[in-house]
Amino acid sequence: MTARRCRGSCPVRAARAASRSRIAGVLLVLGLFFLLPDGAWAARISELTETTFTGRAVRFFTLQDPSLRFALTGSVLLGICCGLMGSFLVVRKLALMSDALSHAVLPGVALGFLWTMKKDPLAIFLGATIAGLLGAGLVQALRHTTKHKEDAALGFVLASFFAVGACLVTMIQNLPEGNKSGLDKFMFGQAAALGPGDVQLLAVVTGLTLLVLGLFYKELLVTSFDAGFARSAGIPTQVFHYLLMLLLAFAIVSSLQAVGVVLVAAMLVIPAAAAYLLTDRFGWMLILSAVFGVTTGVVGSFLSFVGRNLPTGPLMVLSATAVFLGALFFGPRHGVLAKWWRRRSRSARIGRENLLKAMYHVLEQEGFRGETIPIRHLAEVRRESIEDVTRDLGRMQTHGLVSFTGDRRAVVFTPDGWKRACEIVRNHRLWELYLTHAANFAVDHVHEDAEKIEHILGEDTVRQLEKRLDYAHRDPHGRLIPGRADDYGKGPNVPKP
Amino acid sequence: MTDAEIPLEVHDLSVAYHKKPVLYGIDVAVPAGKLVGIIGPNGAGKSTFIKAVMGLLPLAGGWVKIFGKPYRENCRRVGYVPQRESVDWDFPVNVMDVVLMGRYGRLRLGQRPGAKDREIARECLEKVHMLPYAKRQIGNLSGGQQQRVFLARALAQESDLYLMDEPFAGVDAATEAAIIALLQDLKNRGKTVLVVHHDLSSARDYFDMLMLLNMRLVKFGPTAEVFTPENLQTTYGGRLTILSEVVQSLGSQEK
Repeated sequence: MTARRCRGSCPVRAARAASRSRIAGVLLVLGLFFLLPDGAWAARISELTETTFTGRAVRFFTLQDPSLRFALTGSVLLGICCGLMGSFLVVRKLALMSDALSHAVLPGVALGFLWTMKKDPLAIFLGATIAGLLGAGLVQALRHTTKHKEDAALGFVLASFFAVGACLVTMIQNLPEGNKSGLDKFMFGQAAALGPGDVQLLAVVTGLTLLVLGLFYKELLVTSFDAGFARSAGIPTQVFHYLLMLLLAFAIVSSLQAVGVVLVAAMLVIPAAAAYLLTDRFGWMLILSAVFGVTTGVVGSFLSFVGRNLPTGPLMVLSATAVFLGALFFGPRHGVLAKWWRRRSRSARIGRENLLKAMYHVLEQEGFRGETIPIRHLAEVRRESIEDVTRDLGRMQTHGLVSFTGDRRAVVFTPDGWKRACEIVRNHRLWELYLTHAANFAVDHVHEDAEKIEHILGEDTVRQLEKRLDYAHRDPHGRLIPGRADDYGKGPNVPKP
Repeated sequence: MTDAEIPLEVHDLSVAYHKKPVLYGIDVAVPAGKLVGIIGPNGAGKSTFIKAVMGLLPLAGGWVKIFGKPYRENCRRVGYVPQRESVDWDFPVNVMDVVLMGRYGRLRLGQRPGAKDREIARECLEKVHMLPYAKRQIGNLSGGQQQRVFLARALAQESDLYLMDEPFAGVDAATEAAIIALLQDLKNRGKTVLVVHHDLSSARDYFDMLMLLNMRLVKFGPTAEVFTPENLQTTYGGRLTILSEVVQSLGSQEK
């Protein structure tokens, strides 16, 4: 094999190796969790003795208790799993679906408990999954057989299933075996109540999610983006849709113990919504969303722990909300702060360019005889006070566009400033000419429009305009149009300061 | 001509939405290497026709053959350009990602696109003059550019039969000219292209053959023969209103 061919095939091999290592990694994680001995489950977190905040915080970070390790591992797995599934929900506009599904599982949780009469993770998982899928099926059935749209169907299923579940849970708690069932923890979640069985379940579900996403990323991507196209290309979109819904149900059900029925949908939607604000690539969105999920999971369980068993769900959701607000305000491209900053610098630039233009007009009135522009004169043209104009000119000096004369009563253009002034005046006059010539505007209608356009015309558009207007020399008011930036001083129509 | 050489053959095709018929008994056999325009008024079932051909909608009756076989077995030989409004342009993918999707149908389940697929996608982007935008998020493109991305994705499918749903909708004149040049090029390479088109005035210049559709197939044939005032009157005028009303009331009785 020649070196050239090797280079060509290396990316392919690298990709295969990467997918192999991805699968191996998933299996390793799965294996590790099955090896966790059940006996490691010792004292419940609520029985811990530290009473001060720092004492509890130290205990949290040193991971002394096995129970705490379970809570933390569970939160990490839950964060990954919910973050990944949530990304699909957000881009497919199914956020409400997750809310309905998470409420619909509650009767299943109760029935799973009644089946074994103890809090058996597997029984509850099965019951909840069946109830969830039943709810999802009912939504589909309502949509297809009645004239109701998805929102009404979701609202109906969410509320009615939840009501049934709430009644069942209350009934169970009135039973002799029920008052210690811990089922009340399913409402708002308690990471501290995660047992080894719960964590194993979370590990299996997270592993399964990673495996499916690793294997079928391209199918899931195209199904989410353009299902019609995907089907036309022979991809079984229905299969992938149901696979995704099944994984979603798994993610919700296995996270219930930690986050609770009421708020688990938020753990799906909020990290993904924050990631959506920060990136334009779906792969990165998945990764970011999982990272946010883990962060909020860990922070939530930490707060719940130091706050002496406050419900974990609301705390996780609050930390997720903090991440979302962070992305909303500080996102580098779409963030509120970045947008505000861009708007601010744009209006500052427009202000500078307008002042440059006014300076040009002053020189033009004098027939370009001198180079200095008296500030008093400029203030008259701008209808502003001398102090204001001097202050603005000071800012322009820091940008290297003008320099003051010795007595600070006048300014001259720097070469950069002169170039930019000519460009702005040229843009203005070219646009006026274009509007009157090509778009049949009346001469007295074009000034306002050109005032805005002059700041945003790119050089390419300017070249096109010049060509379209046969390299005209004068604007509709008969004034000279400054020449192209690169040949100042060459053409007959180019004034030189 | 044998069955396997006919890119698209449709027999007695009927499609209904909620029991209301949209297409009714369509028979057509499109010969290879032609540029075919599908013309008809709003709601005539033009988009429905190409979706039904690809099995995206359930058929109420009839059958479809692609190069002599059912669609499922020959779907790799079909390229599709959906309507631009059919997707969410805020979706977090860039231009290259979308064009690569054109290769997905040729890859095995679970197989990732490789270096060769990327090379083909780049060539297709170059053909529609969109290569400089490869890394751009698709929402930051003009309507014409978005349409060209969809076209590049279909080119990347390397198919023999192309079905395009309103590729000229909302594009600027320059893009329209570029697209039509591309379609001519496809035709010259022996491909067959079916285009849903709503602009009557340009239809005569663009297409070799026309399919005049208004719930029924009014006429199918070479443009010069089909583009007559009489046929257009049948397609666009009121002559078929009674048919559609009767069929609709039939549908609502069966509900």
